[in-house]
Amino acid sequence: MAAIELRGLSHTFGGRRPVPALAGVDLEVPDGAFVSVVGPSGCGKSTILRVLAGLQVPSGGEALVGGGSTIGRAGLVAYMPQKDLLLPWRRVLGNATLGAEVAGVPRVEAKAAALGLMERFGLAGFERSWPAQLSGGMRQRVALLRTFLQPARTLLLDEPFGALDAITRRGMHIWLQDVWMRDRRTVLFITHDVEEALLLSDTVYVMSPRPGRMVARVDVAFERPRTGGLVVEAAFVRLKAELLGALEG
Amino acid sequence: MSAGAKAAVEFPDRPGRRVLAKPLRAGRRALAAYLPATLLLVALVGVWEAWVRVFDTKPYVLPAPSRVWDAFLETRDILPGHIRTTVAEAAIGLGVAVAVGVGLALAMATWPLVRRVFYPILIVSQTIPMVVLAPLLIIWFGFGLTPKVVIVALIGFFPIAVATVDGLTGADGDMIGLIRSMGGRKRAELWYVRIPAALPSFFAGLKIAAAYAVLGAVIGEWVGASSGLGIFITRSQNSFRVDRVFVATAVVALVSIGLFAAVTIAARLATPWMYIRQGEEEEPL
Ligand SMILES: Nc1ncnc2c1ncn2[C@@H]1O[C@H](COP(=O)(O)OP(=O)(O)OP(=O)(O)O)[C@@H](O)[C@H]1O
Ligand SMILES: [Mg+2]
Repeated sequence: MAAIELRGLSHTFGGRRPVPALAGVDLEVPDGAFVSVVGPSGCGKSTILRVLAGLQVPSGGEALVGGGSTIGRAGLVAYMPQKDLLLPWRRVLGNATLGAEVAGVPRVEAKAAALGLMERFGLAGFERSWPAQLSGGMRQRVALLRTFLQPARTLLLDEPFGALDAITRRGMHIWLQDVWMRDRRTVLFITHDVEEALLLSDTVYVMSPRPGRMVARVDVAFERPRTGGLVVEAAFVRLKAELLGALEG
Repeated sequence: MSAGAKAAVEFPDRPGRRVLAKPLRAGRRALAAYLPATLLLVALVGVWEAWVRVFDTKPYVLPAPSRVWDAFLETRDILPGHIRTTVAEAAIGLGVAVAVGVGLALAMATWPLVRRVFYPILIVSQTIPMVVLAPLLIIWFGFGLTPKVVIVALIGFFPIAVATVDGLTGADGDMIGLIRSMGGRKRAELWYVRIPAALPSFFAGLKIAAAYAVLGAVIGEWVGASSGLGIFITRSQNSFRVDRVFVATAVVALVSIGLFAAVTIAARLATPWMYIRQGEEEEPL
């Protein structure tokens, strides 16, 4: 059974001038796979994740996580929204453990897990800082840490590295692959960055401009662990060209 | 860690200087903040004293500040008892106002029906003049503490309830969505987002309530009491001791300011994230 399944998912935002955002999206993420979605801005990527997180009731189609419908049902996945949404009244540590706490993980346990990862996320020494004292990239890393510490089996990441510089980004890619390979949780990953998608994923989906639907699907078979050097290899460049072609339509 | 050690080597005198600089800086800031108001107050008192002396105003019309000071010294023994009574009424009344105001706000934020029923009643309750209500409360609750506490609570719960319900319902929808995506229900939404988001507005409401609490207690005492600043004022007026009325007024103002300052400090302690200055270390208080 697929960990995530979308069948004919469509959505139109109401209002005086209705905005069709999704027009029949089909997607399948096998259990334990890392799948990315790339697409132009405004094509409905975040809307897909909001439906899967149970926060947006779509106008049509089906959305399943672990075989169960997520329509109007939240709490089945660990969701990292595009905005970091750190709570201003919790320090870095408290924000990192938030999802785990809400899910019922004992506070001491969540704290210990978070503290163990601070170094890895480049947040060591900032455990007691307030979110308002962090840079955009640091805030994003706290949000990513918060998502990882949630006990869910399925992760939805909406452009988690959007606010990072190229070098920090590369470091995070290597790190993300590392932790993902350790327990192989299912990941659905949204990005604008074709290279990032290829480097991390088993499969990359390409979306059309709004109203979004899937226009291409590319399987990425490179052996893991992949390193940064992969991006200049001929096979990688060929796949990249294929994806960019699909994006341009 | 290593950065701190390096700084200590490069600026060996810095830590010591910082320790001294902090209270000094805080003192200068306080001076800059309160100096203009203090100067104006002193000037007004000076003009008042001069006015009374030049025009030889009768003390039962307008006593000079120096005479008010003498009256204060005269009443030093009887005042503390009255102050204690009034402060107790104000503090208990404020406590009741917080309990009722916050409880009502939580109920209104949780159940839309409660909000629809109570919000209009809340507003109507504020249009009843206290001078009309106070004598009734004395009839219902007697001459003791209760009617004053009720008046203070009636005045205070409104700004607290309104500010708190606005804070609770105005919390960021995306943050609430995040909690729901984590599997949190209404209670988790309240605990992790709505309540902390409402704390600053709750304290804004509490400041208003605190500023009026002493006044509320005094109004209650005017109608009937055996102790308190209100009855002290009434007695002084009946014996044409306008100077004592001024003493009591000044005490009411001072106690109100003290209560207001206490709430400000509590707000500062309860919502530290509201007081972060960018690029500076946090200072405790
Ligand atoms: N709450 C809303 N009400 C109305 N329209 C909306 C709403 N949210 C999104 N939209 C519209 O739906 C479309 C898809 O939005 P979505 O946020 O899913 O795009 P996206 O692919 O994530 O874009 P980006 O890459 O810029 O984040 C957009 O055109 C947007 O204008
Ligand atoms: Mg988006």
